Amino acid sequence: MNPADTPTASDAGQAAAAAATAGKISIEALDAALVHLTSDHAVLRMSETKAAEATAEAADAAFEPADADPVTGERMIMNMGPAHPSTHGVLRLILELEGETIIRSKPVIGYLHTGMEKTGEDLTYVQGCTNVTRMDYASPLFSELAFSLAAEQLLGIEAPPRAQWIRMLMCEMNRLASHLLFQATNGMDLGAVSMMLYGWREREEVLRFLEMVSGLRMNHNFIRVGGVAADLPDGWRDEAMRVLEPLPERIGEFDVLLTNQPIWRERLQGVGVITAEEAIALGTTGPILRSTGYAWDLRRDQPYLHYDEVDFDVCVGTYGDSYDRYAIRLAEIGESIRIIRQVLDKMPTGDYRIQDKKVTPPPRARIDESMEALIHHFKIFTEGFKVPEGETYAAVESPRGELGCYMVSDGSGKPFRMHIRGPSFVNLQTLPHLMADSLIADTVAIISSVDPILGEVDR
Amino acid sequence: MSLDEGVGAAEAAETDDEPVASVELAYGVPVTTSHGQQVLHPSREQLVDTVRALRDDGYLMCIDSCGVDYLTHPGRSLPAGIQAERFEVVVGFLDPAARRRLRLRVQIPADDPTCPSLFAVHPGTEALERETFDMFGISFDGHPDMTRILMPEDWVGHPLRKDYAIGQIPVQFKATHS
Repeated sequence: MNPADTPTASDAGQAAAAAATAGKISIEALDAALVHLTSDHAVLRMSETKAAEATAEAADAAFEPADADPVTGERMIMNMGPAHPSTHGVLRLILELEGETIIRSKPVIGYLHTGMEKTGEDLTYVQGCTNVTRMDYASPLFSELAFSLAAEQLLGIEAPPRAQWIRMLMCEMNRLASHLLFQATNGMDLGAVSMMLYGWREREEVLRFLEMVSGLRMNHNFIRVGGVAADLPDGWRDEAMRVLEPLPERIGEFDVLLTNQPIWRERLQGVGVITAEEAIALGTTGPILRSTGYAWDLRRDQPYLHYDEVDFDVCVGTYGDSYDRYAIRLAEIGESIRIIRQVLDKMPTGDYRIQDKKVTPPPRARIDESMEALIHHFKIFTEGFKVPEGETYAAVESPRGELGCYMVSDGSGKPFRMHIRGPSFVNLQTLPHLMADSLIADTVAIISSVDPILGEVDR
Repeated sequence: MSLDEGVGAAEAAETDDEPVASVELAYGVPVTTSHGQQVLHPSREQLVDTVRALRDDGYLMCIDSCGVDYLTHPGRSLPAGIQAERFEVVVGFLDPAARRRLRLRVQIPADDPTCPSLFAVHPGTEALERETFDMFGISFDGHPDMTRILMPEDWVGHPLRKDYAIGQIPVQFKATHS
């Protein structure tokens, strides 16, 4: 499969097969959801200044919005975050409460905004991966991949097969790490503190593999335009097996600890429910969309790299609640292990980056013996390479949903515009709808089940 | 969708009749292909109708919406009849059943940076349009909460505009003991 074509792959044969697999969404049902979603029902649209005033007012007298029910009485505005331990970083929520029930809410973001899209316009395509990798810090390789695929589309090049399989290996390892991290934090948020230790422990083992290959535990800057930064080191296969061997058993322990535990089920089942129509209207992707029973996974539905050559299942839920989202992520760990095992078998030999002198720096050894190689190396790392004019969008399935990169080139060595469509940013919009009419005690469970990474939300 | 609307937009920019015929239309608006991806070029007036038509045709998800400031790169290629403006709003759509994608590029003039909001059709654009407003100063008509989302409420300026220089804001360092 040519990665330059995949994001728009839409031939008739595929379309026919898709109709059977993707859930059926009728326009009528979608319209019904639309009426609900565009109303003021769940989303509180209040400025931060006004919220601050309302919170101050609430200290002496209850805040009463115009539409407060005169019979049931008072509504109160309460702030949660941005420094709350269970808000996954710096998410702030303005909650409108009636007693203990959340009526409406508004996520307030931007506390981690560092202008990474602006910075990206001032970095060459070689440096760009270093920038985007810091967005979603729990799954950095996916941002690098989306960025590289977009740049490769503009250049009209394709990474060699070995590079693509290495990318798949690394991305699936990263998905393991991200989902294990979710299991840890989700457990911690709900009071299953031992789960936190187990989750972090397994994740650390996976990160050890990523460190062995890329040199860094996180923010790898490993997937580059035209391939990957380095070939797999000696002994990578043994190390991968060492990481994978104990995992299924450990996942079984998670299952025993959480899945059938009555307290766990009661905290999560029926909490934070969303329907497939609502999720689609809100542009939600990833485990949240799949928890509604709608099977949509870019790895299967618009395959990039060589995902069409490996066998795996798309995990879906039934009820669209927090429990389904937990279960899907747990099951996806198993699917990623399945994919990695196939990648280990199918890893081809060959180049780990494209042999195109325009984008690939010369090997280190050549620099010592050739003046031209030194100049070439110097040019690529100072000026970068020029990318033909154009615009494109490349999307990959990150652990949180569709991670897209919209890139515009004006023909120079730096992207003219580099926009990252962060799945967490879009998915966060479901939060008010998930929390509407739920108890304040469930807030933490719901935020946790959305699994937002604020670095990517704020960029 | 009638084809008349696309022709109407083309007429505004072209004086002779000939180039109009050469513009390929889809959903009544000019269409181009960029790296194998279908791109529609509706005018601001056509935007909401086009999006509704797309939704009826299976493009159920609005996956992305962002702005681009072409201030320093005015000579980009656009289909005949589309006049290049300073700003563009780029909206991405997904048809999950047929597994296809499509993108809209809407020209937004610098002297009137407004665009109709897609909130009524795709409520998922709410945060994305707020981001575009915050970063580019493009205001969306019909949006329920047209406020800043990433920058502080009292921020002046729109950071992703090309005339908003990097390093414009002095970095404050804490006083250090020497």
